[in-house]
Amino acid sequence: MQNSATATPLTHLQRLESEAIHIMREVAAEAENPVMLYSVGKDSAVMLHLAKKAFFPSPPPFPLLHVDTTWKFQEMYKMREKAAKDAGMELLIHQNPEARERGINPFDHGAVHTDMWKTQGLKQALDHYGFDAAFGGARRDEEKSRAKERIFSFRSANHRWDPKNQRPELWKLYNTQKAKGESIRVFPLSNWTELDIWQYIHLENIDIVPLYFSASRPTVKRDGMLLMVDDERFRFEEGEEPVERSIRFRTLGCYPLTGAVESEATTLPQIIQEMLLTTTSERQGRAIDHDQAASMEKKKQEGYF
Amino acid sequence: MTHSENIDSETIYKTDALIAEDIDAYLEAHQHKTMLRFITCGSVDDGKSTLIGRLLYDSKMIFEDQLATLEADSKKVGTQGQEIDFALLVDGLAAEREQGITIDVAYRFFATEKRKFIVADTPGHEQYTRNMVTGASTADLAIILIDARQGILTQTRRHSYLAHLIGIKHLVVAVNKMDLVDYDQAVYDEIIADYTAFAREIGIEAFTPIPISGLAGDNITSKSTHTPWYDGPALVEHLENVEVMATANQAKPLRMTVQWVNRPNLDFRGFSGQIASGTVRPGDEVRVLPSGKTSTVKRIVTMDGDLDEAVAGQSVTLTLAEEIDCSRGDVIAAADAPPQVADQFESTIVWMDEAELLPGRSYWMKIGTQFVSVTIQSPKYQVNVNNMEQLAAKTLDLNGIGVAEIATDRPIIFEPYEDNRDLGGFILIDKISNATVAAGMLHFCLRRSQNVHWQDVDIDRAAHALQKRQQPRVVWFTGLSGSGKSTIANMVEKRLHALGKHSFLLDGDNVRHGLNKDLGFTDADRVENIRRIGEVAKLMADAGLIVLTAFISPFRAERQLVRSMLPEDEFIEVFVDTPLAVAEERDVKGLYKKARAGELKNFTGIDSDYEIPENAEMRIDTTKMSPEEAAEIIVDKIVGSWSYTI
Repeated sequence: MQNSATATPLTHLQRLESEAIHIMREVAAEAENPVMLYSVGKDSAVMLHLAKKAFFPSPPPFPLLHVDTTWKFQEMYKMREKAAKDAGMELLIHQNPEARERGINPFDHGAVHTDMWKTQGLKQALDHYGFDAAFGGARRDEEKSRAKERIFSFRSANHRWDPKNQRPELWKLYNTQKAKGESIRVFPLSNWTELDIWQYIHLENIDIVPLYFSASRPTVKRDGMLLMVDDERFRFEEGEEPVERSIRFRTLGCYPLTGAVESEATTLPQIIQEMLLTTTSERQGRAIDHDQAASMEKKKQEGYF
Repeated sequence: MTHSENIDSETIYKTDALIAEDIDAYLEAHQHKTMLRFITCGSVDDGKSTLIGRLLYDSKMIFEDQLATLEADSKKVGTQGQEIDFALLVDGLAAEREQGITIDVAYRFFATEKRKFIVADTPGHEQYTRNMVTGASTADLAIILIDARQGILTQTRRHSYLAHLIGIKHLVVAVNKMDLVDYDQAVYDEIIADYTAFAREIGIEAFTPIPISGLAGDNITSKSTHTPWYDGPALVEHLENVEVMATANQAKPLRMTVQWVNRPNLDFRGFSGQIASGTVRPGDEVRVLPSGKTSTVKRIVTMDGDLDEAVAGQSVTLTLAEEIDCSRGDVIAAADAPPQVADQFESTIVWMDEAELLPGRSYWMKIGTQFVSVTIQSPKYQVNVNNMEQLAAKTLDLNGIGVAEIATDRPIIFEPYEDNRDLGGFILIDKISNATVAAGMLHFCLRRSQNVHWQDVDIDRAAHALQKRQQPRVVWFTGLSGSGKSTIANMVEKRLHALGKHSFLLDGDNVRHGLNKDLGFTDADRVENIRRIGEVAKLMADAGLIVLTAFISPFRAERQLVRSMLPEDEFIEVFVDTPLAVAEERDVKGLYKKARAGELKNFTGIDSDYEIPENAEMRIDTTKMSPEEAAEIIVDKIVGSWSYTI
């Protein structure tokens, strides 16, 4: 994309790209032990791509960390290994041993599943490796409480976020000073929208998990959500049988918690077209946000990414 | 909710039919959009959130499920009866949703066919100058909202002043709620006349006035039929055509602040950074500051291949033809037009912390990618943001704005903020709390900073120390009033004297009456008091003396400042640890009694804090040790660890 540089105005994607690269370099220069959280989704794919650009010809000077719930789609696991290898980066995988021992799963445990595997798992991993800065792919357009989050978001030694006590963030001067034990979550994609992400993937030809493209897949309809039967652990309720449908995913998480949409979109332009014409926002497909009003804000205060 | 029929809006926002028809053409067009960042400023009831909600709504940034939530919320807590309350779409955090006001900076996104927009939504509430300055710092344009029924308010003046202060070149004065004054031109004209007079007063050169209604949608995406007398652009049309700062910066000389040195192997050494201004091509002659050495750009390296040219706003990696020293914090600039280097400046400071500015205390300063220590003098004046009056001030409180001289501990590369935000805008960071306490803008360097040259003296501090056959020390006693600092320090000095050591004791008796007789006991004065004592102690240590100081010195930051002036090992902090109850019980000078009676203000331990040392070299517990015993072990520490290499 940068090849088209002339003395004309930069496009919005060029500016967003440049901003993300600037942010990543600031962290690499000032943090002691940074890490990039990698969730295998499309936002992570863009973030990883930007990291490669930021430090080229060097590989990004930090590892990737996947906080695994063991319940991701099989195709995500395949993509994870490939992406890390292509980037020449170390891939760290953390699975909360307590959740594993207690057999926490999305079928029996609902919100506890997300808390144990994701929120607690993330804290464990950050503490274990002593990371003082962690990149995340969250965007401000995803959800109302995210709109107020800083690009550099401070967490106490207990990983708590205090929305009333955020540091003012001026110009592009990021204050990375912190006390021992405190850490920073850094969101280089803060100013990107879902459309920007898709457009950039399209322009830059970024490899994403095939689940974003439509294909015939075994599904079950439950509580208004279309679930994919991704492996033999899927629990059918009475009368349920897998039905082949042409589906794709707008967002990826644990497969029993992620709703698919019926679609015929098999190319990026078609996905973008569907997105522009659709009337349902992105997080609708995720069961976890509907728990209660302002639920995301609450989860963030507790340390969820 | 009143929907105005907008024929033009189809050209501003592509309809679904067009997207459905030819998505590739749509993507091609979208790819060439530019981006504008702007800020909306208004008082609590100026309809700011409603305007932003309207912009999002019109550009289809609201999805069906969000709309459903919005409709439900509108009925529950909305202020528009059964109508949709757009403000609810915009107000984010749970706490403030209940209060009905936005309390922080939020960023919103929408796009038209020509541009993507990032809106900084900042509160109009009285105490939040900090948030507005933060939101404005990245903005190309500001929309000042005025309620047509109210006219220009104090807040209008304040927001305009702040936007101007932060250097926003494009101001839109949106006279809102025109529907509530029957779209009366006379009302609008009077407000604009008032505003023009005010703008001239504070130096605003130009602004764009637009009559609108956020709620009814007049002159937002298209010209309203309700205001035939208005011949300017609709708001969105204007937003689409304003020149963005990043583009304007391309015409200036090259500056790139080096963020990171890219060194994958011995054969490659690249300098990564974002170009702040100008353009760069391979073969261009550049000067690296502060060294001033010149070289030639060899390559502009990116993952997509080398570039023939890069411009302001782009993040790139440059390699140079000649190997010269260059690291993070340096600036690569046009060889024939480099920025200046200096260490004393006049600046405007916006204070953003609950704890007030302490003149004389040292703070961290981040400017570009430079990170230095800085001290700030008492402000020359503070600005009353409501009427722009200049007031005398000794310090700055939260949301205070003032002009002050500042000094960095080493020369920095800078440009006046007016010319270059990247090299003229800075933040200040508290060294203990790590909080971002202020934002500032450099105006010019003070001439004297270029005239100070350190004399190259042959009789250096080593020579002084050698002559006295001792290692210079600063033994810093700290503790509450009446803790026993002076008693112990006196005993230490007598013993040193007996051992033939050259020493000097600084205490309240010989400092408060002379050097510091102009200082009182406010926090700011306490900081200055310690700073001066620190400087004197340092000079004495340079002269080879063992300096003993006995001052309460209640603040960690100042003790740290003095420590940082001296070579490692020469500073010995002695914490004379006497519990408040014990010191008060002793009350040798009767001061506690007076403080308790309210006759003494700012008395440490009573109504002023004492920050306990965290890493003192020695801690003397006076409840377990006599002064004689304490003096004994302190002298051992001073003399025993003699390690001066001759």
